[in-house]
Amino acid sequence: MSAILMPKPDERVLARRDAIIAGLAALLPAASLITEEDERRAYETDALTAYRQIPLAVVLPETTEQVSAVLKFLSAEGVKVVARGAGTSLAGGALPTADAVVLGVSKMNRILEIDTDNRIIRVEAGVTNLGVSGAVNHLGFFYAPDPSSQLACTIAGNIAMNSGGAHCLKYGVTTNNVLGVKMVMIDGTVVEIGGAALDSAGLDLLGLVVGSEGQLGVVTEATLRILPLAEGARPMLMGFQSAEACGACVAAIIGSGIIPVAIEYMDRPAIKVCEAFAHAGYPLDVEALLIIEVEGSEAEIEDLIGRITTIAAAFNPSTMKVSQSEAESAAIWKGRKSAFGAMGRIADYMCMDGTIPTGCLPQVLTGISDICAGYGLQVANIFHAGDGNLHPLVLFNANQPGELEKAEAAGADILKLCVEVGGCLTGEHGVGVEKRELMIHQFNTIDLDQQMRVKTALDPKWLLNPHKVFPLEGRPV
Amino acid sequence: MTSILLPEAEAEIEAIVHEAAGSKSPLAIHGGGTRDIGRPVQAARVLSTQALTGITLYEPSEMVLAARAGTKLSEIEAALKANRQRLAFEPIDWRPLLGTRGEPTIGGVTASNAAGPRRIQAGAARDHLIGIRATTGRGETIKSGGRVMKNVTGYDLVKLFAGSWGTLGILTEVTYKLLPEAETETTLVLEGLSAAHAVEAMSAALGTPFEITGAAHLPGSPSQTLLRFEGFSASCAYRRDRLAAHLKPFGPVTAVEGDASQALWRPIADVTALGAAADDAVWRISVKPSDGPAVGARLEAELGSRLLYDWGGGQIWASTRDQGDAGAAIIRAALSGGGHATLVRAAHATRAAVPVFEPEPAAIAAIAEKIRAEFDPAGVLNPGRMG
Ligand SMILES: Cc1cc2nc3c(=O)[nH]c(=O)nc-3n(C[C@H](O)[C@H](O)[C@H](O)COP(=O)(O)OP(=O)(O)OC[C@H]3O[C@@H](n4cnc5c(N)ncnc54)[C@H](O)[C@@H]3O)c2cc1C
Repeated sequence: MSAILMPKPDERVLARRDAIIAGLAALLPAASLITEEDERRAYETDALTAYRQIPLAVVLPETTEQVSAVLKFLSAEGVKVVARGAGTSLAGGALPTADAVVLGVSKMNRILEIDTDNRIIRVEAGVTNLGVSGAVNHLGFFYAPDPSSQLACTIAGNIAMNSGGAHCLKYGVTTNNVLGVKMVMIDGTVVEIGGAALDSAGLDLLGLVVGSEGQLGVVTEATLRILPLAEGARPMLMGFQSAEACGACVAAIIGSGIIPVAIEYMDRPAIKVCEAFAHAGYPLDVEALLIIEVEGSEAEIEDLIGRITTIAAAFNPSTMKVSQSEAESAAIWKGRKSAFGAMGRIADYMCMDGTIPTGCLPQVLTGISDICAGYGLQVANIFHAGDGNLHPLVLFNANQPGELEKAEAAGADILKLCVEVGGCLTGEHGVGVEKRELMIHQFNTIDLDQQMRVKTALDPKWLLNPHKVFPLEGRPV
Repeated sequence: MTSILLPEAEAEIEAIVHEAAGSKSPLAIHGGGTRDIGRPVQAARVLSTQALTGITLYEPSEMVLAARAGTKLSEIEAALKANRQRLAFEPIDWRPLLGTRGEPTIGGVTASNAAGPRRIQAGAARDHLIGIRATTGRGETIKSGGRVMKNVTGYDLVKLFAGSWGTLGILTEVTYKLLPEAETETTLVLEGLSAAHAVEAMSAALGTPFEITGAAHLPGSPSQTLLRFEGFSASCAYRRDRLAAHLKPFGPVTAVEGDASQALWRPIADVTALGAAADDAVWRISVKPSDGPAVGARLEAELGSRLLYDWGGGQIWASTRDQGDAGAAIIRAALSGGGHATLVRAAHATRAAVPVFEPEPAAIAAIAEKIRAEFDPAGVLNPGRMG
């Protein structure tokens, strides 16, 4: 059994299951209510597949009004609610409990308004991340945050997790690109927070909602900023014989005043697996590889690549290769964006997500490999080097008893190391259940109590995704 | 007589707040005292952060800086300049507009979520703030965020504190991410456009990939519409030519480069370009950019306002006569289609009588009130400031 515990389900709720389902049936079209065990099973886990639990029921409302009616009913009944987008959370954010209703927004997937004059798009929350860009690409615009899971993950999930992506070095993460949301509170009240203007009156409630992991309300619509597509973009590959040289090179590039759109890092084990999968032309004889992408007109791209090449020369890269074609660029990014999937073909893995001060990179990479070696486990590192957001993939064999526990323990040690050097537990995946118990390493009781008071203020009975984010012990409810 | 408390450490602030909460005696929270904005606070005592000073961390290679809340903005900007770095959101200097003296502090910049013309591209203070320490109305010091660029660990109280005007807690230390200074900048100027045409021109420019970092319209005769971009000089030259061609339909375009371009934007950032009379009230209005001209036209017609459009038309500064409600009813009616208005400058009596910040819909106000009560249950920190 794994280390993360979920509390015992509320027997009183389980006993009332039939009545609760009857109540939901009265509020929703038949196709929006899932009660059969076989069909509920599809919602038992997210991308943290080591943890599974079939929920009490699943509802897939089609409108904000239905969401409101459902929440009003469930809160009166004292039933927990786990909101769900596409279920790609790597932190177990969408993991249900047996006494909870999963509220999926997958049927709410319409684009509501595109306004290029004001550079905004209004969407229902179940639209996929890539679907947003897809709706405006032909108009010369895109939606900037680009998690690798963008084909599947929803704007709802992105907002809940404040998701990032490879290109957020330049464009920021979700919170920097959301202007407003429509959200349903646990008692069914529908609120509009923010809107089409760049800021709103009063406290920055939008900033609070983004990244609140489905614990403060259910988001049903969002107004997002869209940006003009760059004239062109080109990635280059740079290989180094040591992590130190690579890390120093990243610092020198940024220190020179250049902010590339992306600086992605892979170590030797990651390069090998990604190359085998994507045939991207990654060099196999280096310890560390950077994918650096720059944007602009042809002349601007040439200029930036020239500057970066000059800076990098001081760090003795053993490979330096600029993409020569669209196809090559696509392959380079395919290798990076499918890294987790490619890794999943050769082993089970736990994907960590700590962020560190970029100056600590070499020291932390050494620490990570020591930690994993100590547990007899392999590790592959893939991460956003420009902002210090690491994704060590701790590899294990789920069929081998005890290995998952070892991987989890190694993962926890890695995250503690990130905090020790001045970083944090999670840069973009969220706390979920996975890192819930580690929160005490980053925050003291006073910090955590204040965050929990915010939860209590908006969800007094802690019915919204309650078993996440905060350690189970020391809760007010 | 108001007494001024000048704590030098968090522990002192905690003790002061404990005592204030226990005796229900409100505190007015001041940084440099350059932002006398919001509802006037009735408090016998001022807690000033001016003795809580000093840059506590500056790593140029990691582009991160932390400072105690009372640190002067000028000190921080000088330190950054030495490394050719900057706070990209262009903190506003309120002194020229508000006629205040003193030195803006980084805590005040944060608590007011200030942002200049670069807001359209780089965001506001909230978008660059990555960590805070603050003493809440419970007399407890909390932290949120940290010193790293990407962090989603726990709720984002960092954002909540940005723009909270000292009503949730007293910021004691803030951490910002930085950006490199641009090598140079260029501003394209179009003359004689109506506000409606100007917003069209600005939208056309903001819809190009040329990374506009300022888009403002100054009515007057002739009116001026300004579009700024920044970067390496070759890139600015390229974008100047492409953008000028793109804007041809709006009339002849002149280019202003480097220092001369910089000089154009200071009066826009500090709102002196509005040219409000000394005894006028001044409003800041935030709208969907394409709604800007209609809102502006109503204010001109019904209130005789002078106007300054920034943020591509999305932010309008407007003067009104500081009489009665200083135009509040008319301005807020003009915003019935969305947006909000803040009475930034007016006599104390006006600001005591008129809701300075846009009244929020009841459901939102209720949420904000619940949250505020969790941070400051006794209601002793800048009470009423945002109300
Ligand atoms: C292969 C792979 C690659 C990934 N790459 C990245 C990456 O590059 N960057 C990154 O940041 N993440 C990445 N992720 C993580 C994941 O994709 C993101 O966290 C994503 O935002 C989750 O979206 P989702 O729609 O799948 O949400 P879900 O997994 O369904 O839910 C995530 C959280 O959102 C909450 N939620 C869902 N809907 C709502 C709603 N309507 N209202 C309120 N709360 C709601 C849930 O309760 C849960 O806490 C990756 C995941 C995978 C599997």
